[in-house]
Amino acid sequence: MPRLLLFIPLALFFILGIFLWKGLSIDPRELPSALINKPFPEFKVPSLRDANKTLTKADFIGQPVLVNVWATWCPSCRQEHNQLLRIADEASVPVIGLNYKDDRNAALAWLEQLGDPYQFNIFDERGMLGLDLGVYGAPETYLLDAKGIIRYRHVGVVTQDVWVEFKAMIAKGWADEKI
Amino acid sequence: MKKFKTFFILTVISVFFTTAYAAIDVYQFDDPEKMDRFKVLTEELRCPKCQNQNIADSNAEIAQDLRAKLQEMLTANKSDDDIVQYMIDRYGDFVLYEPRVTNQTYLLWFGPFLLLGIALIIVFFIVRARNNRSEKASNIELDTHQQQQLDGLLNKKKGS
Repeated sequence: MPRLLLFIPLALFFILGIFLWKGLSIDPRELPSALINKPFPEFKVPSLRDANKTLTKADFIGQPVLVNVWATWCPSCRQEHNQLLRIADEASVPVIGLNYKDDRNAALAWLEQLGDPYQFNIFDERGMLGLDLGVYGAPETYLLDAKGIIRYRHVGVVTQDVWVEFKAMIAKGWADEKI
Repeated sequence: MKKFKTFFILTVISVFFTTAYAAIDVYQFDDPEKMDRFKVLTEELRCPKCQNQNIADSNAEIAQDLRAKLQEMLTANKSDDDIVQYMIDRYGDFVLYEPRVTNQTYLLWFGPFLLLGIALIIVFFIVRARNNRSEKASNIELDTHQQQQLDGLLNKKKGS
């Protein structure tokens, strides 16, 4: 029995090792959104293209959509832009832009120059809708179901892999979606 | 000369560090009590972007926004609880430097006391086992022959 006790440090070492090993693959910057499975916040914010037009949540309810938070001051947004254009080309899921704390003219010039993947853009100049949404930096992409419930948040660049994941989630649907 | 050079370099470096920490914007309150609450709250709330800073220290965009929101809410006479709840609703428990006591954090809060309790119990048993052993050692029964031998030895020592 005492001989077995000598193995306790070895066992502890392995347990610690497992935790540390797991820790290597966890990204501490990826925070779970506080709004998962909650409705997208209500808002009344002008459109990017037309300052006189007010957009609300009703403008995108009815089918699953992606809401992409972007800004011209955000380098990673440029990086993901081509992927967004490809998603728009597939035309299966509408992409809605949330232009976050940006300059209107700069944002319009960006869309002119790089192409416009967005069905429309919400112009959140002061970032107050972003605040309600729990955005802490661009780019972030939210997956909403047909009822406007937030189902997933992706922080960082949207890649082809992320898009495939989004599509899989939409295809699978959500258990409480049809209630 | 060399000392002076080191001193000079350190001074220059320290100047840069102080500017890095200085708050940029100034928040005005009608009531000094609100100013104090603002201070406490900005120190308790964690910046979601730069994760090891509170929103008082950080100059990230989001920290600036949260400070502005905080000022707005304090001016609107919102209570501390309301403000903290507002932040949790948007950014999750992550924004709190001091985690709330919930089902998920019982272990975090009370785990150390649990370990302390276990350690005390172990110490108690070890001490008791040790006492028993030494008591046994001092209570060895001698038969008559051994007792005579012992007495003889003791007397011999006294006599010498």
